[in-house]
Amino acid sequence: MPRKKPNNTSKRVNQIAPSGIRRFFDLVASMEGVISLGVGEPDFPTPWHIREAAIYSMEKGNTMYTSNLGMPELRQELAKYLKKEYKLDYDPDTELLITVGVSEGVDLATRAILDPGDEVIMADPSYVSYSSCVLLAGGKAVMVPTYEKSNFELNADDIEKKISDKTKAILIGYPANPTGAVMSRAKLEKIAEVAHRHQLTIISDEIYSSLVYGVEHTCAATLPNMKDSTVLLGGFSKAYAMTGWRIGYAAGNKDIIGAMFKIHQYTIMCAPTMGQVAAIEALKSGNDSVSKMVSDYNRRRLFMVKGFNKIGLPCFEPRGAFYAFPSIKATGLSSEEFAEKLLMEERVAVIPGSAFGECGEGYIRCCYATSLADIEEALKRMGRFVGRHKK
Amino acid sequence: MIKEILKILENDARTTPAKIATMTGKPAAEVSKAIKKAEKDGTILKYKTIVNWEKAGNEQVSALIEVRVAPQRDVGFDSLAERIYRFPEARSVYLLSGAYDLLVLVAGKTMQEVAGFVTKKLALIEGVQGTTTHFLLKRYKEDGEILADGGETKRQPVIL
Repeated sequence: MPRKKPNNTSKRVNQIAPSGIRRFFDLVASMEGVISLGVGEPDFPTPWHIREAAIYSMEKGNTMYTSNLGMPELRQELAKYLKKEYKLDYDPDTELLITVGVSEGVDLATRAILDPGDEVIMADPSYVSYSSCVLLAGGKAVMVPTYEKSNFELNADDIEKKISDKTKAILIGYPANPTGAVMSRAKLEKIAEVAHRHQLTIISDEIYSSLVYGVEHTCAATLPNMKDSTVLLGGFSKAYAMTGWRIGYAAGNKDIIGAMFKIHQYTIMCAPTMGQVAAIEALKSGNDSVSKMVSDYNRRRLFMVKGFNKIGLPCFEPRGAFYAFPSIKATGLSSEEFAEKLLMEERVAVIPGSAFGECGEGYIRCCYATSLADIEEALKRMGRFVGRHKK
Repeated sequence: MIKEILKILENDARTTPAKIATMTGKPAAEVSKAIKKAEKDGTILKYKTIVNWEKAGNEQVSALIEVRVAPQRDVGFDSLAERIYRFPEARSVYLLSGAYDLLVLVAGKTMQEVAGFVTKKLALIEGVQGTTTHFLLKRYKEDGEILADGGETKRQPVIL
């Protein structure tokens, strides 16, 4: 008898379930005439002055590796930015690391912090990579449910109940993908208290920090006692419409950045040079472009949210990022059924909330970084759909 | 509020007051009133369409004409400029600093028509000391809109 073929992949990877959403994505890609509200990136191309700076730099032959930490000029500009924006002082040589997007930052932070069996507390629903990165780092993701009635904000008491002697960190990501929720400073302060009391690290994914509407973003590292125990992750993708450049950063105390650096230098070497050049230009003179895009997103945000409420998909007011997260409970469909039927019947693509955790069930994620004409048409089609499927 | 409304209309003049109201979070009646007021006081001059005439198969010749003039006492450049901008052939007229005074954008059906306007009308106006005509060879961008076809890259249809 032939021996059963051994499984050649690691247990660590195997525990990550194959993404069910993949099949849905393939379906969307295979169809014509689909309006997609399922995209998680700006619909603007990178502002021209940023692209132009990168092109010029490439023409000059600036195509080599940079310092492992990232270009010194970029780290200096970043230090200036963090000082100006949050009054935070980071040493560009030891406390800042340029990463390949926040995606790498989350991976580095979890791997640098966790030993096998360690636990990380995070919100449910939250961005898909958080729990997987924790698993891949040998840790365990401990979910804290968040609800629409409390604006999908994390509650410090709920976090504290989940803390065990294995807990190492709290991973937060606000403004949030998928809900568009923003955490108030008051609520964050309570979480900081809990973290401080239990000596936990806060890993804070603040990729959407610039995209807030009528409220202020609170940087976790600015909370009392938190600068030293926060790994601040940020990047250029969303604010500057630079998703494809893959540039992010990590800021934190020198021990943790040093540990993240060890992994980074052997797995990545350095973030892409052209992207780093573009990021320098973005920091030096990208403010106007950002504020123009933010006011544009805001118009579409108001338009989409009102539209959902009108067609019978109640939607809490998202104050950040570029997602609306309406409830589809009135249809009685699961969020996956809703997304699939909507795609087949009306050719509108949305992301089922369940892709982001159990608490996302009953909701869909819709991105308003889409042309107004498309949002309008999508709302019309979804209105018809809801009319047919209302219980 | 009017500035926010104007920004939306400048980008798409056909946006309805109701839609603008939704996008700004203001009541529709207030938006309509503000638009009416802006139309009345000349803040909004006109609603037009940016046409790519070449694509419509309509040949058109345009020229930018530098005009040097002798400003007149009391009225300065304004009355001379008026003599020029009253001609319908003059699509845009600007007073500039630098080597010449007025820049006039002229459009016509043929080169002769444009040349005729310059030599028979513009150059003969009293106070005009000289003109330099630059015929327009290619339009790349018109009023903020890029005219070249395509080049738009597509996003992935779904990204988490």
